[in-house]
Amino acid sequence: MALLEVRDLKTHFRTDDGVVKAVDGVTFSVEKGQTLGIVGESGSGKSVTCLTIMGLNSKRNTISSGEAIFKGENLLTMPSNRLRDIRGNDIAMIFQDPMTSLNPVHRIGVQLVEAIQLHRDVTKKQARLRALELLKAVGIPRAERRIDDYPHQFSGGMRQRVMIAMALVNDPDLLIADEPTTALDVTTQAQILKLMTDLQEDFGSAIILITHDLGVIAEAADDVVVMYAARIAEHAPVDNLFKRPHHPYTWGLLGSLPRLDADVERLVQIRGQPPSLLNPPRGCRFHPRCPYVMGICKTVEPELGPAGDDPDHVQACHLDVETKDREAAKVLAGTMAEAS
Amino acid sequence: MLRYLARRLIWAAVLFIAVTLVTYVLFFLIPADPARLVAGKAATDADIKRAAHFIGTDRPIYVQYAKFLSRIVLHQNLGHSFANRQSVNSIVGAAAPVTASLVLGGAVFWMLLALPIGILSALRPRSLLDRASMTFVLVGISAHPIWIGLIFAYVFGYRLHWFPITGYCDVINPATDCGGPVQWAYHMFLPWATFAILFAALYVRMIRANVLETMNEDYVRTARAKGAPEWLVLRSHILRNAMLPVVTMLGMDIGLALGGAVFTETVYSLPGLGKTAVGGLFNNDIPTVEGVIVFATLAIIVFNLVVDLLYAWIDPRIRLT
Repeated sequence: MALLEVRDLKTHFRTDDGVVKAVDGVTFSVEKGQTLGIVGESGSGKSVTCLTIMGLNSKRNTISSGEAIFKGENLLTMPSNRLRDIRGNDIAMIFQDPMTSLNPVHRIGVQLVEAIQLHRDVTKKQARLRALELLKAVGIPRAERRIDDYPHQFSGGMRQRVMIAMALVNDPDLLIADEPTTALDVTTQAQILKLMTDLQEDFGSAIILITHDLGVIAEAADDVVVMYAARIAEHAPVDNLFKRPHHPYTWGLLGSLPRLDADVERLVQIRGQPPSLLNPPRGCRFHPRCPYVMGICKTVEPELGPAGDDPDHVQACHLDVETKDREAAKVLAGTMAEAS
Repeated sequence: MLRYLARRLIWAAVLFIAVTLVTYVLFFLIPADPARLVAGKAATDADIKRAAHFIGTDRPIYVQYAKFLSRIVLHQNLGHSFANRQSVNSIVGAAAPVTASLVLGGAVFWMLLALPIGILSALRPRSLLDRASMTFVLVGISAHPIWIGLIFAYVFGYRLHWFPITGYCDVINPATDCGGPVQWAYHMFLPWATFAILFAALYVRMIRANVLETMNEDYVRTARAKGAPEWLVLRSHILRNAMLPVVTMLGMDIGLALGGAVFTETVYSLPGLGKTAVGGLFNNDIPTVEGVIVFATLAIIVFNLVVDLLYAWIDPRIRLT
């Protein structure tokens, strides 16, 4: 059985303008020790999916439904004190912005020790030793001294290392990383990503890696979920997705990667804007922006179904296989040229 | 740190000179002769001249001011009242504890009111409690302390006889009929309440806004993601950060509140600094007024310094340089 099984997850926010369907029927699973990448534009619902799994959305105006079965228990319906036992212990989370994710008035040692003592019955001294061990593991230089520093005395990359240390301190089975490298500069991004994949080998945690960067996905993920407008457009093992993408939105994402070989004036982009989730388009949600749009796309919402003969590869698009093969090959010709 | 203190002290000296000088100049502009007051109703012109020479008002204003300044710096002496020749040091010394009781007690009073109301209405925005507290805020900010004082005195003092309407009881030295901490607090209750309403209202609003803002901070979400229970999130992560600006405001407002004390002291006839200053003003009694102002200025300077030091201590991001 999978470590985490998410089925038909929906998260709707009540706002003054109406109900925003931020996540609208998402299904996926995460296997033990594996990395699931979730990729999509801003506002496609990737972060909200994970906040819902963690129970971190504001309760007042959120309606969630569906299931998130973690080790046989539904995270969405369990009592809040049981969920608190799981949070930070079995499931830990790293956030996008390391600059604001640490409490500015507490020393980082104190924040790490708090995370340990919330779940482990250990003395402060023991917790501090464990915290120190983790700070060394994530590559904080002179950790013995820096453990008593405040967050503002660390750089962004170092703070994200501290966040990773804090997430791993209780040896979680699942680590949710919400755009962990987005706020960092490119060289630091690579370091943090490498750190995460290295630590995954040591700790054996499964990872849900949220990103809008296909490069990060190719680097770190085993499975990929492509989200568009609160729904899944395509879901496949990472090699299959990059070898044979089935959904025009995925083509768009691949096609808009910056290329080093071609001297172009402008980057290729997917035309148009992501739709409003207050009132999403009828039929396929991507149809207003899709270059291959057909009549059926405007009325019938495509179901997530198997793509070709690979049972692990599912997608939601009405296009016929021949067109897909032809167009995917074109897109890949472009990206392959970059790779070689 | 030392450089910071040195700079603060220099600023304090500049502020001190500016405030006292302005007071002197303002008095000089008032077309009334303190010497006439000193000499009495039946005095001849010669008497008045001698009186003027005696209290020093026949000298130019800059000489008067220089003498005043040197007396303070060299002898820590505020001079003698024009009205009754009493030492201003002892006048201020007698009035200061009354005002201190009012202001510090009032500050405790308003924080005891504002903290729970502010925090609870932030935790339950748009609830009944939140709406009620916002109404209280509106009333508290709009109503004048003299009016509130009179209403309180009428309702709780005159009508209900719950509290005395006037008078002050010393905490330490009992007079003939009253004294000691219980009588002191009993007599101070209405003044504290009156004095605290305005500030309580301001603080409810500020605490509510700060807590609401801090609740949405990323590090609060991090704390929840760690599995921290709500009470711990509130205490250790939300309140610790939300109270930072409140501490600064408190220090500045305690200084500011000295001004507001004038109204409360007038309504409840408390012999404090405010009442002393107003009395001195009516009598053209420069030394008394200057005495109160010097004392109040020093108090405000000290309060602000303490707040800055406190702030650096509770917020590690602030370095005093």
